[in-house]
Amino acid sequence: MSDGNQPPVDFKVVGQRPIRPDGVDKVTGRAQFGADFHLPGMLTGRIKRSPHAHARIVSIDASAAEKLPGVKAIVTGVDLDVGAGGDIEAGEHAAAMKDVAANVLAGDKVFYQGHAVAAVAATSPEVAAEALDLIVVTYEILPHVIDVDEAMMPGAPVLHDDMYTKGVTPKPAKPSNVAQRHVMGRGDVKAAFASAGVVIEGRYTTAAVHQGYIEPHACVASWGADGQSTIWCSSQGQFLVRAMTARILNLPLSDLKVIPAEIGGGFGGKTTVYLEPVALALSRKCGRPVKLVMSREEVFLASGPTSGASMDIKLAATKDGKITAAEMELRYQAGAFAGSPVNLGCMTAFACYDVENLALVGLDVVSNRPKVAAYRAPGAPMAAFAVESAIDDLARKLDMDPIDLRILNAVKDGAKTVYGATVRYSAFIETLEAVKAHPHYKAKLKPGQARGVAAGFWFNIGGESSAAVHVDEDGGATVVSSNPDIGGSRASMAMMAAETLGLPIERVRCTIADTTSIGFSGSTGGSRVTFATGMAVVEAAQKVVADLKRRAAQTWECDIAHVEWRDGVATCLDPSKNVKPLSMKVLASKSAKTGGPIAAEVSLNAQGAAAGYGVHVCDLEIDAETGRTTVVRYTAAQDVGRAIHPAYVEGQLQGGAAQGVGWALNEEYVYNKQGLLDNASFLDYRMPVASDLPMIDTILVEAKPNPRHPYGAKGVGEVPIVPPLAAVSNAVSALVGKRMTALPLSPVSVLAAMGKG
Amino acid sequence: MSGVEYISPGTVAEAISALQAAGGNGRLLAGGTDLLVQMRGGRAKPKVVIDLKGIPGIAAIREEAGGFIIGAAASGALIGEHEGLRKAWPGVVEAANLIGSTQVQGRASLGGNLCNASPAADSVPALIAAGAICVIAGPNGQREAPVETIQSGPGKTTLGKDEVLMAFKLPKRPAHSGDAYLRLIPRTEMDIAVVGAAVSVTLDAPGKCISARVSIGAVAPTALLVETAGSALVGSSFDDVALANLEAAVAVACKPISDKRGTIEYRTKVAAVLARRAALIARDRAQGSDRAQGAAS
Ligand SMILES: Cc1cc2nc3c(=O)[nH]c(=O)nc-3n(C[C@H](O)[C@H](O)[C@H](O)COP(=O)(O)OP(=O)(O)OC[C@H]3O[C@@H](n4cnc5c(N)ncnc54)[C@H](O)[C@@H]3O)c2cc1C
Repeated sequence: MSDGNQPPVDFKVVGQRPIRPDGVDKVTGRAQFGADFHLPGMLTGRIKRSPHAHARIVSIDASAAEKLPGVKAIVTGVDLDVGAGGDIEAGEHAAAMKDVAANVLAGDKVFYQGHAVAAVAATSPEVAAEALDLIVVTYEILPHVIDVDEAMMPGAPVLHDDMYTKGVTPKPAKPSNVAQRHVMGRGDVKAAFASAGVVIEGRYTTAAVHQGYIEPHACVASWGADGQSTIWCSSQGQFLVRAMTARILNLPLSDLKVIPAEIGGGFGGKTTVYLEPVALALSRKCGRPVKLVMSREEVFLASGPTSGASMDIKLAATKDGKITAAEMELRYQAGAFAGSPVNLGCMTAFACYDVENLALVGLDVVSNRPKVAAYRAPGAPMAAFAVESAIDDLARKLDMDPIDLRILNAVKDGAKTVYGATVRYSAFIETLEAVKAHPHYKAKLKPGQARGVAAGFWFNIGGESSAAVHVDEDGGATVVSSNPDIGGSRASMAMMAAETLGLPIERVRCTIADTTSIGFSGSTGGSRVTFATGMAVVEAAQKVVADLKRRAAQTWECDIAHVEWRDGVATCLDPSKNVKPLSMKVLASKSAKTGGPIAAEVSLNAQGAAAGYGVHVCDLEIDAETGRTTVVRYTAAQDVGRAIHPAYVEGQLQGGAAQGVGWALNEEYVYNKQGLLDNASFLDYRMPVASDLPMIDTILVEAKPNPRHPYGAKGVGEVPIVPPLAAVSNAVSALVGKRMTALPLSPVSVLAAMGKG
Repeated sequence: MSGVEYISPGTVAEAISALQAAGGNGRLLAGGTDLLVQMRGGRAKPKVVIDLKGIPGIAAIREEAGGFIIGAAASGALIGEHEGLRKAWPGVVEAANLIGSTQVQGRASLGGNLCNASPAADSVPALIAAGAICVIAGPNGQREAPVETIQSGPGKTTLGKDEVLMAFKLPKRPAHSGDAYLRLIPRTEMDIAVVGAAVSVTLDAPGKCISARVSIGAVAPTALLVETAGSALVGSSFDDVALANLEAAVAVACKPISDKRGTIEYRTKVAAVLARRAALIARDRAQGSDRAQGAAS
């Protein structure tokens, strides 16, 4: 399948499935993750955290801890120095640095259980633990609020007395927990509802869920005597860690070097800082390197989950199933500080569909929970849960096939989205058709089983990236990437370079550079790396090829126009020259004579990222006596542009589906009456284990490669977590016999819904 | 900061003196899959850890007088590999093997599972239904006590401060006997029972139930022996009325709490369901049919 914009597909490397270059290190344990760095004289850091959901810090007395032998430094919020305020672009949303600083070490209030209050650096973990106990924090406990709807009620405890809802005119008279009101829309919704053939309504809720990466946050920071410092840490962006840490400690960027470790998963949760500024502040105080590593409990308590949501939705449609209008209010938990992805929820909610009249309101609401962090397609899965449930209701009401109904309403190229972008290079309809044609969709269900279908959208982004390609003296090549490799990007970077250079993949290696060794890059997030950094890699490789051709022409004393580069070899097309082709190896070995080392670095701001669309199908059964759900078959289809390394693209689809199924079935933050988290462990925060899921089948739809990328890539990492919530819930609803509106669909809630709890 | 002393006695007498010497700051260690996790999380802070695995026989399984003696520290893996035990007490073995993962199975013991005294401990209802007897060593020699008398509340046991659980005795199995354990977990593994139920039955030759013991877990501060539920089966052929009586007896016996893992209503309802299902699996096994094996919920 091809849209005609692309050259015929005769790639040698792109589209193959070579072994990932970082794989052996990762399976043998040789890879160095955040907690694996050790320096001479290094101290153990520990963080003292709030035991309360909401309290004023009356005083912090660290005098006894300071006297404990082995304690070398203690810091609190006053040791931070958030230079000039302002925001930093952190992947998908801007981070207010004042809030980030107050999150890494509290100011005069703690806003959630686990909120960092003080930190110590000591000569051993035991001393550090004892020192924490000796730090005396006096609190004035304040009333707390956890639930998003309760946080909006009059009389709810207000977290920030300077929070006046933005986006409302005139400015509200009183502060509240609503940080911002986003409004989006078009057309005449009222009129459309007045003339609707069918109206569907619903109120939906989802729980806060954690990204659940396997590697807890970890870093080592070392302050230099001359003020030049180094941080080793695992993150989704070494440049982001540098920017935020430097801002929080008021340092020039050039004095701070951040060396990226391997990262054991991030899913968006490592696009901010928690430990790095604290470790560096400790190191600054005592002049010794300091290591900070979170426990899993700390990860749950104090690193970002994504928002739980509460949503009201209303659809108007004709009797034939054409959706004519939609109204939706989305209320998302932001956690302790403003900044939920509710605006992204609004933007994505109806992005799959061509709906003429839309009215969307998004409310960003703070409450006494950890500040949310990005999580794979931030904001989109919750909105899609409500929208795709409502569309399922519509399909049932009209007795229409759920795929046919979605095809009827699908966006097409040229349509305008509610947020102003024009739809381009989209293959949503092709993806829906691919699902319809797939054996899964045609398979008969066994008695007691039901099938759910849902779709999802994500923008995917481009942005700033840098990459270099170095030709080694033996004719191989090294790719220098600016982005931490989370999902196998070393493989895809090396593959695109190999394809462009005409080298076999084994002759190209890829490294991830620190902040001083490559130009700036945005984080690994927004499904941008294969697209944006990949574009930089390909442009650098193209520069190298141009240089190699120039050198061949110089060697042959011919016009460069007569040099052809193919399969890693320069051939002279000038019939008057009787010369042998020059291989990369020969050109590399003679580089001193043709101008010196062969290398190129490209920094760019990649434009033209193409959105992605996914359609998932889930078959499941329910034990009617226990309410336990078993997913028996699952297929994820996605518009992927062109898959550079199809196995890793499939892996993204499977991983997103697995996380989405967990979100739908069991994952949730459970709070007790005191506003304390009751399940800060993997025992009671139930992510799916491998045996919970069937093998997830995938369909890579390559109908519309992205013409703005040299190899047609679209972002693929986030779309697949958008459809599963509703795909699962639509099937559960069919079996229960009524619409399930609150996630998670745990055995307890399903049995209760069946009227048997 | 003081460290933790680790000792590995070679006899039970040494273990008991070590416990006495530690004066309340000593903890016995079998597989450590509860204890070490608690120490790491700061919930247990012993000064002395006394490893039991060096005591001869405590980590082994042997047959005696047609029954079995399972060492208190014998690992789940060892139990799962024991052919004779699997045949005679499939319910006890399946409960022991549900604990944790392959890695945890290499260490986790029945003694640790019982003495950690979690209301949700998986092997405990199965051991109670089986009528297992604990062999307990103390400064004044050995005593015996039924499993259902050991747990006294979450994290609490009736063992003396200087007593060591040595072994579980499982009696000789009459003909036509079978047992089964089922638990409800939201996932498929690596989870903690929201409800557990074990049933052990003996039938006469035509298939009528002549004795039955029913035990439920995670629905009260300790695992419970529900004698009325066993009586509901005795004399029946597992007909609907008997099963309904069994369910009713279990529901009455449940004293659950509502917590993050389940509500009172849910636990009560599902305990009855699992007890019924376990009873039917136990019956099938007693009749020599393994049709229902592995039908854990
Ligand atoms: C990942 C993971 C998964 C788990 N899954 C399950 C599960 O599915 N189901 C379940 O029930 N449990 C589970 N557990 C808990 C644990 O594995 C079991 O309770 C196990 O049986 C404990 O045995 P152990 O030998 O490791 O006990 P230990 O940790 O060695 O001891 C536990 C307690 O019993 C005491 N003790 C041990 N032996 C004796 C003795 N002979 N006499 C007196 N006191 C003694 C110890 O002092 C300690 O207080 C899990 C644990 C982990 C880490």
